[in-house]
Amino acid sequence: MIEMKSVYKTYKRKDVTTEALKGIDLKVEEGDIFGVIGYSGAGKSTLVRLVNYLERPTDGEVIVDGQVLNHLSDSQLRAMKKQIGMIFQHFNLLESKTIFDNVAIPLVLAKKPKEEIKQRVMELLDFVGLREKAKSYPRELSGGQKQRVGIARALASNPKILLCDEATSALDPQTTQSILQLLKRVNQEYNITIMIITHEMSVIQEVCNRVAVMEAGEIIEEGSVLDVFGHPKHPTTKNFVKTVIHNSIPESVKRSLKKTGDSKVFRVEVKGEVASEPIVHQVMKAHDIEVNILFANMTEIQETTLVIMYLQIAGEASAIEKAVQFLKDKGAGVEEVVE
Amino acid sequence: MFETVITLEQFLQASIDTLYMVGMSLLIGSLVGIPLGIALVVTRPGGILENKIFYSILNPLINIVRSLPFIILMVAIIPFTRMIVGTSIGTNAAIVPLIIFISPFIARLVENSLLEVNPGIIEAAESMGATPFQIIWHFLLPEAFGSLILSITTATIGLIGATAMAGTVGGGGVGDLAIVYGYQRFDTFAMVTTVIILVIFVQIIQSTGNALARKARKE
Ligand SMILES: Nc1ncnc2c1ncn2[C@@H]1O[C@H](COP(=O)(O)OP(=O)(O)OP(=O)(O)O)[C@@H](O)[C@H]1O
Ligand SMILES: [Mg+2]
Repeated sequence: MIEMKSVYKTYKRKDVTTEALKGIDLKVEEGDIFGVIGYSGAGKSTLVRLVNYLERPTDGEVIVDGQVLNHLSDSQLRAMKKQIGMIFQHFNLLESKTIFDNVAIPLVLAKKPKEEIKQRVMELLDFVGLREKAKSYPRELSGGQKQRVGIARALASNPKILLCDEATSALDPQTTQSILQLLKRVNQEYNITIMIITHEMSVIQEVCNRVAVMEAGEIIEEGSVLDVFGHPKHPTTKNFVKTVIHNSIPESVKRSLKKTGDSKVFRVEVKGEVASEPIVHQVMKAHDIEVNILFANMTEIQETTLVIMYLQIAGEASAIEKAVQFLKDKGAGVEEVVE
Repeated sequence: MFETVITLEQFLQASIDTLYMVGMSLLIGSLVGIPLGIALVVTRPGGILENKIFYSILNPLINIVRSLPFIILMVAIIPFTRMIVGTSIGTNAAIVPLIIFISPFIARLVENSLLEVNPGIIEAAESMGATPFQIIWHFLLPEAFGSLILSITTATIGLIGATAMAGTVGGGGVGDLAIVYGYQRFDTFAMVTTVIILVIFVQIIQSTGNALARKARKE
């Protein structure tokens, strides 16, 4: 749906040049809720603004829905933009227009007949739960309600893609939740591919199925949310993951860890169905070993359970080896932790 | 009581002349100044129709005209005024320099009003694939409407001051009365009355402008 091929973006201001993007390769499939996370200045906004060509790449190709944007004329680009909705951190609603008129704007621009506009706008306001606010002005709405209007407006032209640049960053955690749930419905009910920019890992955890981590204009890690959360590789990714799941042995446990001669520590990661099986019990029963659970954490990601445990296994070396194999056969990821 | 030689009719006529001069020059000045103000905003660096050459000609040109005091402008363009209205005396003749005086002023005020519009609105408009004309018409102007009304109010009050000066070259109007009777013939009553009339005009215009702007901003 969205593809970027070695995209570079350099801003030149007088004698200051900023390399905002340095060779981005990216693929967002139809139906994805694709998250992009990174610290401030990583280039996330620049990246998302390339998708609807608010910004032009200095080098490289941006392909949306099979069309190479670089090759389109201005009017073709405008037509393409109607296929891509966008919502913003500060909502960007017109203060001078009612909620109804705000949502209607893309339809007015497309010169749709009045009756059709009326019907479509009310349908959208219903969808976002703001029908009774049609005659209000943005200043009379809360932040969460304003973002709902933003979403309704972005959906008005029936887009295939919705871009969200820090769409929940100005909202409190509870409102954030409700907006994220709404985005999920947008994805499922309208089958719209969504790209979410954020600096909060909890947002990714809540709604995304894929994630890209950005740092200094590059994508340093990319994959399914489950994989990245389970196995963050880059230090920055680890830091982000740490903000939502504890996946390392607490220091206090580490200190009191007694290194008995024939015990080893393993990091065991279990996903999905297997997570509900009593595998620790099973492995103990089937092998001549003792298992000490040093740490365990269970997280819900994308309606899938992700369990991360640190197990201290004591016993004969061969028994431990067999136990590890048993866990692996069960579908668990097992890694020995060498201190 | 004060002694005065001015009749009530003269006061009325002077008031009408002033309103006529203000109204006509405001109308034509707005027709020129508002598009110029929009042009300044859209062609400026980073604007939606960025145009270095156009902007770098228009911008200083407006500054030059704006830097001339009205009284000097009025005298300097007498030949031009004569060419257009056939005379350099009277209300119609005063309107020509008034327009040239007020148009660039309105352009600057409109520019300021439009620049106050949240850039996020323009970004949203661009993300919807709006054409430059649509951005101006459906986003910039409605969002700046309240502020534009205040700008036009300021311009109108500026014009009242200028018409009073136009009186010195026989432009007619309230200013003319003040000069000819109040100043030159030491008619204190005429002087005081004209000042009161001007103050009332300004008050009415300012409060109307404020009220309209409040309404436009849905407060
Ligand atoms: N219009 C611009 N002109 C010049 N430099 C820019 C421009 N936009 C962004 N940059 C620079 O590009 C880099 C990336 O900016 P970008 O806005 O994409 O970061 P971000 O990841 O969205 O950050 P944040 O989380 O703060 O929004 C920054 O160094 C920024 O200063
Ligand atoms: Mg940003």
